[in-house]
Amino acid sequence: MQTAIPKPSPAGKILWAAIAIVGAWCLGVVALRRGEPINAIWVVTASVAVFLIGYRFYSRFINTHVLKMDPSRATPAVLRNDGLDYVPTDKWVVFGHHFAAIAGAGPLVGPVLAAQMGYLPGTLWILIGVVFAGAVQDFMILGLSLRRDGRSLGNMLREELGEVPGVIAMVGVLVLMMIVLAVLALVVVKALTHSPWGTFTVACTIPIAVLMGVYLRYIRPGRILEVSIIGLVLLLGSIWYGATVSTSPTMAPLFDFGPKALAWLLIGYGFFASVLPVWLLLAPRDYLSTFLKIGTIALLALAIFLAAPTLQMPAVTKFIDGSGPVFSGNLFPFLFITIACGAVSGWHSIIASGTTPKLLASEGEARMVGYGGMLMEAFVAIMALIAAASLHPGVYFAMNSPGALIGTTVEHAAATISQWGFLVTPAELSDTARNIGEGTILSRAGGAPTLAVGMAQLLHGVLPGEGMMAFWYHYAILFEALFILTTVDAGTRVGRFMIQEIAGLIHAPLKQTDSWASNVIATVICVGLWGYFLYQGAVDPLGGINTLWPLFGIANQMLAAIALMLATVVTVKLKRERYVLVPAVPALWLVACTLTAGWQKLFDDRISFTAAAQKYADAIAANTLLAPAKSVPEMQQIVTNNRVDMALTGIFMLLVLTMVFFGLRAIVQAWRANHPTAHEEPYVALSSVTP
Amino acid sequence: MNETVTRQRGSFWRWAVQTARLCCGVPDYDVYVRHLREHHPERPVPTYSEFFRERQIARYKGTGGRCC
Repeated sequence: MQTAIPKPSPAGKILWAAIAIVGAWCLGVVALRRGEPINAIWVVTASVAVFLIGYRFYSRFINTHVLKMDPSRATPAVLRNDGLDYVPTDKWVVFGHHFAAIAGAGPLVGPVLAAQMGYLPGTLWILIGVVFAGAVQDFMILGLSLRRDGRSLGNMLREELGEVPGVIAMVGVLVLMMIVLAVLALVVVKALTHSPWGTFTVACTIPIAVLMGVYLRYIRPGRILEVSIIGLVLLLGSIWYGATVSTSPTMAPLFDFGPKALAWLLIGYGFFASVLPVWLLLAPRDYLSTFLKIGTIALLALAIFLAAPTLQMPAVTKFIDGSGPVFSGNLFPFLFITIACGAVSGWHSIIASGTTPKLLASEGEARMVGYGGMLMEAFVAIMALIAAASLHPGVYFAMNSPGALIGTTVEHAAATISQWGFLVTPAELSDTARNIGEGTILSRAGGAPTLAVGMAQLLHGVLPGEGMMAFWYHYAILFEALFILTTVDAGTRVGRFMIQEIAGLIHAPLKQTDSWASNVIATVICVGLWGYFLYQGAVDPLGGINTLWPLFGIANQMLAAIALMLATVVTVKLKRERYVLVPAVPALWLVACTLTAGWQKLFDDRISFTAAAQKYADAIAANTLLAPAKSVPEMQQIVTNNRVDMALTGIFMLLVLTMVFFGLRAIVQAWRANHPTAHEEPYVALSSVTP
Repeated sequence: MNETVTRQRGSFWRWAVQTARLCCGVPDYDVYVRHLREHHPERPVPTYSEFFRERQIARYKGTGGRCC
């Protein structure tokens, strides 16, 4: 049933050779030019060339040889068409939907944090990672799900690897989700700490969303576009009014919170947003954040193209030795843990086996949606990296280093960062803060504020105007906070259903999703789980992101490793052993990264949770106070938090090893069999179903 | 000439609306109605607002969702 590949025309060959030469030239400039700053356009052009070549050649190879996608085969959308969940849909519509579902805060935050090692390591990992790992994962999982009635990752694991690994993976997904929610909520906390302007605008999203919800339900049902425009206008109004709030002596204190208070507010918000009826708060805010997300990504791309900034960050900094202030640990494995979304993200395997396979009208379109969609996300990650690297490095490090390292005054911070080799004056730091309408920019880790400053400077370069920089900064903060909070409330709801399912195995009545009591109990458990880690981040001596982001990275890459292991197992089961390296190499790479990172987080005497716990335990024993803790119970709390993180790291490592064991077992069995053993649905010709 | 441009614009708009709605978990209403008429003529056809409400609730029922 294989369709023959048309022979490339001479013109086509010349075109691809030209793209390859331009790409290689740009990549050469990006990688090899030392001593003088380069323009961002080189990075953009090199990336586009790499994406085009990866898509044209590697994804086609996977399409025809590894997955053997067959346009004559009926897809689940055609076979089970119900007009609601399974609907054959135009491929560009599916592409847009898929991209909107996979792109979130992840590809914007990771690359910004990784910029501490210079722009080159991050750029190379995003480009190589996406072509050989990330896009392969998304495409292959989508392809597998297409052949299995659109079944989910968990179901496919259960079928192909066995019942036990399926359940283990689902527990892993739940834990991953709790860490994702905590770390993303922490990004918001970091961005809003003592920022009345930011807090006011983010707080305004709640009444705006409720207004939109009521409008959509009672006034003009289902008019999403209309209500989203109204919402957007109100949001822009709230950013504009935020400037007045932040300078008003009566209103500013009402929106001025420390990290602990913000953490509690977010925990409370997460609880209410997920138990209230979805139409009131959750859904309208979801619509707004989806559209704003796409719009803002387009705006960022436009700003980079028009402003064509020079990258001020060096290609490689001295922090590749693992002594960096933003996150600690060597280039291997921590760069590959820090940039997850954008290069390879396990979470995508859930989406690629969720709604998307139920919408594709033809197997021939899976390549564009699965592989192409992920390339788009990698492009977003590259843009985030450019925005961070185009900042003054001194400003970048002032924003992203914990107070424990750079102090709390601009003088102290400027002196410390200049000592690191990134010359900056106190005036430059306070000027940047004043330009963006904030009291301070020191220690605002988490990526969002850095990206916001980067975006604000780019947009300000394109559209100058008095006070506009502060507007753009708060616009960027608002949009990131908006879609992070949407992930938080929707994720809390999903987590609640997962908890109810697991609890239902122990005590059946807990499974009833329409019972108020069991809803509230499961929501409290869910919020408690991520809330614990969020609060831990808010009181963490190193500012939280430094501690939690590696945990998130390990968990996310662990899930990617599991997904790629599934793809490897199925490739062998289909007796396509000669192509097994396509999914197996990235799977092994991710296993190596997660296990090494986990090991170092447990046993390294410089960067491990164990060492951090020991340091504070020793201080308690010696009866001395260790900053930022102000009392012995607070130090005790830090010890406990680090021990919890140790346990979690251990669980992740154990999970990876168990899955490797089950994966290898399945591979050996399938390799020995002399016939295909994969659980594909039988072939149905498309022509026999559609008239 | 003009007619094709208008038609193209119309189809782009339709694509944008359909994509935007699908991103919010609302599939194409006309397609659903056609499906109902063809395959389940005995079932009542919901109005757009009923259809929208049902889909809105369904979107947040369980797994799936969005990325980080």
